[in-house]
Parts: sequence; structure tokens; C-alpha cells
Amino acid sequence: MKLGRVVGRVVSTKKMPCFDGLKLLLVQPLDHLKRNAGPVIVAFDTVKSGEGDLVFFESGKEAAQANPNGWFNPGDAAIIGIVDAVNTEEIR
Amino acid sequence: MIVGRVVANVVSTEKHPQYVGYKLLMVQPLDAAGQPKGKPLLALDGVQAGIGDTVLVVDEGGSARSVMGDEKALTIRTAICGIIDRIDIEVNT
Repeated sequence: MKLGRVVGRVVSTKKMPCFDGLKLLLVQPLDHLKRNAGPVIVAFDTVKSGEGDLVFFESGKEAAQANPNGWFNPGDAAIIGIVDAVNTEEIR
Repeated sequence: MIVGRVVANVVSTEKHPQYVGYKLLMVQPLDAAGQPKGKPLLALDGVQAGIGDTVLVVDEGGSARSVMGDEKALTIRTAICGIIDRIDIEVNT
């Protein structure tokens, strides 16, 4: 799992049927101080998140399991939660 | 498994049902010298860890599900499975 911020939306009409009804969002991965950490990815949404939301997302085959249309799908990133707060402490 | 340090506590209300009830922590992976290396990741807490703890993290689905004790929670992939007391390394000279 990683922390990220939704930075945009991807609109696709012709896509695999397993993605029907799912929002595809652009997610910028972040570190614990909310600085950018790595390239922007596309993830499908399972929690009704939107642009500007701080979220956490799963990647790999576990992301495909979060697809409500069944587990056998090519999804490799899924937004699985909206983050309310990140409490940090400096690294000692 | 990955050695890392817990750097943040992440609070989420709206989340996938399989994650309800678990504490979510952000872990910064460490190298052999104990210095931060790589990008931080989020992990579910299976051992009551907290900010500042050096921990052992599994980043694999089956292992993480066994740590959390829920084999049907198929979306879970990363979990903290231990708190590290000490690491002894032979110094290369």
C-alpha cells in the first residue's frame, strides 16, 4: 500500500468490461511528509474518491481483488481508502 | 521481508471493508546501516507497533493475510509482522 493524492481523472470509453462503472483516477504517490514519491499512476477507485483527495492505494494482484466486478481483471492499482490524517514524527 | 521504521500513523474512515478495524502505519524502509532507503509504504499493523519503532514488514499477500489472521481478506498485501529489538551486523573492513 502507498499514500497518494488524486491529481486527475482518466476517461476511457472503450475498455475491458471488468472496468465498467469504475472511475479511473490519476494518483501521485506521496511520502510521509506528503512530498512526491515516484511517477503518477492510474488506479481504479473503490471508495468514491475524487480529485484532490488524499488516498491510499494497493498495487499488484491484491489490487485486482478489490474490483467489485470480479477478481479476474488486469487492474494493478486500486484506491482502497480515503485518508483523513497523517500523523508524523521526525525520523530519529 | 523488509526492515523499516514507522514514520507516520495514517487515519482513514472511508475505506475498503476488508481494512476496517486495522491500524494503518507508514513505514520508511531502512538499509543495513539503518539509514532510510527507498520510498515509504503503508502497512497494516499486526503487532501493536507505533511511530519510531523499527519493524519487520511483509509485502506479499498470503503472508500479510496470515499476519492479520484473515485469510479471506484478499486485498490485503502489506503488514507489519514484528518489532525489531536489535540488528547485529559483522562490519566489513
